Amino acid sequence: MSASRARAEWVGFATIVIREFNRIIRIWGQTVVPPAVTATLYFVIFGSLIGRRVGSVGGYDYMQFIAPGLIMMTVITNSYGNVVSSFFGAKFGKHLEELLVSPLPNWLILCGYIAGGILRGVLVGALVTVVASIFTRLPVQHPLAIVSAVLMTSVVFSLGGFVNALFAKNFDHISWFPTFVLTPLTYLGGVFYSVSMLPHWALVASHANPILYMVSAFRFGFLGTSDVNLGLAYGIMAGAVVVMFTLALSLLNRGAGIRD
Amino acid sequence: MHALVLKNLTKTYKNGIQALKGIDLTVEEGDFFALLGPNGAGKTTAIGIITSLVNKSGGTVEVFGHDMDRELETAKSCIGIVPQEINFNLFETVHTIVVNQAGFYGIPRPLARQRAEMYLKQLQLWDRRNSIARSLSGGMKRRLMIARALMHQPRLLILDEPTAGVDIEIRRSMWEFLRKINEEGTTIILTTHYLEEAENLCRNVAIIEGGRIIERDSMANVLRKLQTETFVFNLSEARTAPPALPGFKAQMTDEHSLEVEVSKGQSLNDIFTHLSAEGIAVSSMRNKVNRLEELFMRLVDGSARAAPAAAGAPRGAATP
Ligand SMILES: Nc1ncnc2c1ncn2[C@@H]1O[C@H](COP(=O)(O)OP(=O)(O)OP(=O)(O)O)[C@@H](O)[C@H]1O
Ligand SMILES: [Mg+2]
Repeated sequence: MSASRARAEWVGFATIVIREFNRIIRIWGQTVVPPAVTATLYFVIFGSLIGRRVGSVGGYDYMQFIAPGLIMMTVITNSYGNVVSSFFGAKFGKHLEELLVSPLPNWLILCGYIAGGILRGVLVGALVTVVASIFTRLPVQHPLAIVSAVLMTSVVFSLGGFVNALFAKNFDHISWFPTFVLTPLTYLGGVFYSVSMLPHWALVASHANPILYMVSAFRFGFLGTSDVNLGLAYGIMAGAVVVMFTLALSLLNRGAGIRD
Repeated sequence: MHALVLKNLTKTYKNGIQALKGIDLTVEEGDFFALLGPNGAGKTTAIGIITSLVNKSGGTVEVFGHDMDRELETAKSCIGIVPQEINFNLFETVHTIVVNQAGFYGIPRPLARQRAEMYLKQLQLWDRRNSIARSLSGGMKRRLMIARALMHQPRLLILDEPTAGVDIEIRRSMWEFLRKINEEGTTIILTTHYLEEAENLCRNVAIIEGGRIIERDSMANVLRKLQTETFVFNLSEARTAPPALPGFKAQMTDEHSLEVEVSKGQSLNDIFTHLSAEGIAVSSMRNKVNRLEELFMRLVDGSARAAPAAAGAPRGAATP
């Protein structure tokens, strides 16, 4: 690849990212505020009101235990939500054609949308972290684990949102998956409890849930304890990134859902 | 150099509609080319394939010698497209839309801003650069799409009905603008239902109908193929029967309007001589329809009737 082509592709990629960022800011009332409000409510209700009676989980008070889980839940839903609504909106409003007629290669278009998903996931995640630190003191044991778990999770769910948007034909289709699959998996992925508190069958079943590994790795970064084997957690996250990227790119190359 | 070469291009949509049944077409560099055809003929489908918005079912597309299957990115960067339907983000500003489009083609921001100013000014949109696209009028939206298509200065500009719903004044200024960029070297392919527009602007023409090309020639030749023209004479005094005009086919459409078909080689002078001899005064005269329109109707009509029989090659002009 020539230097000028590489430079042109960089400009194209940056343009997508800037456009995504501007979109997040332009409609901040839909993108930034609701997740922050929701997270605050969780902290107030589960953390302060109920948490006081729950006592400690894994040696930390309940608020400290759920804070990483709630941050990760925010990252997941916002990464997913950003890409699914932005990409589906572009498809529905036809301005996706601006990208499709351009010489930008598909993998770069995909990376642009992933970057948008990471931007919003991390932005809102950071906001919720700030809210959390109002309610409790969050230790930081392994910063690298925190950053890597957030980034990989954000990439996986940005890609999930992308695939969802490719298949979606109407606005119902972009809320179906988050409501019926993503939210239940997140709630059952050890956000609010340690899976070690579960009966044996539920404990085993939980290990089939990839979100458990993401939340656990992230929580390990703060608290230094984990419900699952960390090597396995990173293996699963890395595997999910590769699988989802390959899937999304091959669908995009085929033009699934976007080219007649 | 060929700007565009289509070979045996076919397209069958998922619903079974065969929109293109094998199109062969060559457009030379520098041409101003009209792609005409009735609704549903397959124009937008062909353009969709050329701009890679539609997957083809078969055939090849070459843009300035770059095969779309082998050199997709290079081919794409040669093309600018003004689509039939509005396809920008209605919630972005005019300026953002054109600058971002340049970005997707790899043009750095400072240069993109310069070009945005140039093209938005040329298309009289500079005053509205900070308006949300949704707030533009229909004609402004069309011009915005032209400005956007030019941002990467494509060698081939394809416009799919750019003047649909545009008022006469703006249409004329768009014509002038397109003529200018064509003179500066941009190859232009235009579809339109205003045949007057094609006749005015284009040097070469292809007529597509039912997914096939039924005519492909220079505009001059196509017009020459038209054997007859119909003239309408407005008579000063009312009458019921047409006057005797030996050699001409004549009829009264109402008591003041005399319609006469004039074949090639016949002279209007003869008609006037006969009318004068009978003491009939003509207050005004006009062409019944635009000439290209007339030819178009005949071709499309003829091909519709001949369609079951003529399954294959493009046919010549169907003269009546
Ligand atoms: N996305 C699609 N799915 C299925 N069929 C389609 C699709 N787009 C177009 N067609 C069909 O293909 C045929 C050609 O349509 P096309 O839009 O190419 O015509 P056109 O020449 O551009 O017409 P117009 O002058 O009305 O714009 C039509 O029969 C149309 O119904
Ligand atoms: Mg069309």
